[in-house]
Amino acid sequence: MTALASAEELPLLDVKNLRVSFHTAEGRLRAVDGVSFSVRAGRVLCIVGESGSGKSVTAQAILRLVDAAGAQVAGQALYRGRDLLQLSETEMEGLRGDRISLVFQNPMTGLNPAFPVGEQVAEGLRLHQGLGRRAARARAIELLAQVGIPHPESRCDDYPHQFSGGMRQRILIAGAIACEPDVLIADEPTTALDVSVQAQILKLLKSLQQELENALVLITHDLGVVAAIADDVMVMYAGRVVEQAPTEILFDKPLHPYTLGLLSAYNDGGQGFEPIPGQPPVPIDLPPGCAFRDRCSRATDACAAEAPALRAVATAHVVACHLVVGAAQ
Amino acid sequence: MPDPVRHPSHLLGYASKAWRNLGPLVAAAFLALVVTLAILAPWLPIADPLDADPSKRIAAIGTHDLWLGGDNQGRDILARLIWGARISLAIAVAPTLVATLVSLFLGIAAGYHGRWLDHIIMRTLDVFFAFPLVLLAIAIAGILQPGVLTEIVAITVVLVPYVTRVARTSAGQVASQTYIEAARASGASVGALLLRYVLPNAAPPVLVYATTLCGLMIVVGSGLSFLGLGVQPPAADWGAMVADGGVVLRKAAHATLLPGLMIVLAALAFSTLGEALREALDPRSNRRRSS
Repeated sequence: MTALASAEELPLLDVKNLRVSFHTAEGRLRAVDGVSFSVRAGRVLCIVGESGSGKSVTAQAILRLVDAAGAQVAGQALYRGRDLLQLSETEMEGLRGDRISLVFQNPMTGLNPAFPVGEQVAEGLRLHQGLGRRAARARAIELLAQVGIPHPESRCDDYPHQFSGGMRQRILIAGAIACEPDVLIADEPTTALDVSVQAQILKLLKSLQQELENALVLITHDLGVVAAIADDVMVMYAGRVVEQAPTEILFDKPLHPYTLGLLSAYNDGGQGFEPIPGQPPVPIDLPPGCAFRDRCSRATDACAAEAPALRAVATAHVVACHLVVGAAQ
Repeated sequence: MPDPVRHPSHLLGYASKAWRNLGPLVAAAFLALVVTLAILAPWLPIADPLDADPSKRIAAIGTHDLWLGGDNQGRDILARLIWGARISLAIAVAPTLVATLVSLFLGIAAGYHGRWLDHIIMRTLDVFFAFPLVLLAIAIAGILQPGVLTEIVAITVVLVPYVTRVARTSAGQVASQTYIEAARASGASVGALLLRYVLPNAAPPVLVYATTLCGLMIVVGSGLSFLGLGVQPPAADWGAMVADGGVVLRKAAHATLLPGLMIVLAALAFSTLGEALREALDPRSNRRRSS
């Protein structure tokens, strides 16, 4: 009981004020600007936002995979209290794929075409757990069965091109969970797949997460995915967190105008919904003020003067909007 | 509906399919035969390739006990072809092999690392492109002592820029693939990444390109020999034999055509093997599945 309680209390992954910027010809691009969140064991956090809102960069920065020339990463990413951003590259290699795993968005190119899939699933086991070829293979077959690959004993010797997209995503997931990681980050794992396959993959992720009792961070732009799987939701816009809340609360009482826009697009199922006008800004030399104000129907002068800070409006519900703070008080 | 057997396009299809399976075998058998003869040359019951007999000058094929005739100095062409194979094959294979290894190393370093390393390596190699291939080989061979080893070194050096370009492009494409990022995300070290992910996926086009160069290198080597920078007369490789035969081309065409034919056949065999090699390395090909 005590072990469970302490596991409940301590977040597995605690990201504090993460900032990532890239050097571009036009100036510094602030891809992620002060993002904070934490995930506990047994919870699913969804990071939601449009393309370019900084979701994927957030995931890459946590695993220290951002390596573009002139990229700067600042802030903290605490895994069980250790700051990942301060670890040596060797220590980081030991954690990647072992304690923290990442599933990529594109299953079609995510597997090495030169090796059979079983070997690739087994790679992490051999690397991190020191299993021999035989033991790793046996475990890989179990994992392939676990993610729902039919006839894993024979299929594990097949090459990636012999599998469909959905199957390849399952194989990638099998590789990612091979070492039973504490934190599994899935970056739009269903985007490249058919709708019917999407549902299967989500179900698989959810069931694996419950089996392993780990923390799942799911990056998506699809609110249907959020509704199906998430415990908590974090909405990002132009590199910042605009709203964060438990899923029921966010769907019940969305506060930020951007969240409202996303939800109306989702709820109306594409029939007569009001699209959010305009495009998100490119976060290079943004003027002061709220990044969303140009697309917000309720923007006031205050929105142009100063960027709204994240404020708690209820337990576990934070939002960054001048209008909302007024309403809550 | 056309008869599937009679229709010409189908016949062509069968022919090309048959060649796909048979070609590499024929090529390998041919090269194996040439290599065996070349290695066994000192023990074979053949004439001394340097033994000139004026009475057998430009003897036709099959005359004077010479199966393949005599050259313009009356030397046994068959013996010279077999002894020449030693040099020609060495010049075809050794520089290509060494250059491929060097180029894979340089190309993967440039293509995978990118940025400044890419610039340093590729801009340095660009300097070599300012000279025509053969001219550069002549310059390098001219600096060193003439001989077969010089020829091999010179050809290796001129090959590296060409093969490295292919390797670098190939490695660059591989480096941007998701599976490379995924491998990093699963904790692979840089060494493992390069050896298990970049090398096997970047190498096939490089190997195929290199095997097609084998044939060309026999020709370049003969050019060097012709200029007196490679093989020293009276010893000869096939290229030098072609050059020698040119003097008596109108009276004894076989003295030129036979070594020329050997160059063509060897070049063809090398590229056929290269194509087979590419297929064998590609997990998508049926050949690998069925074997």
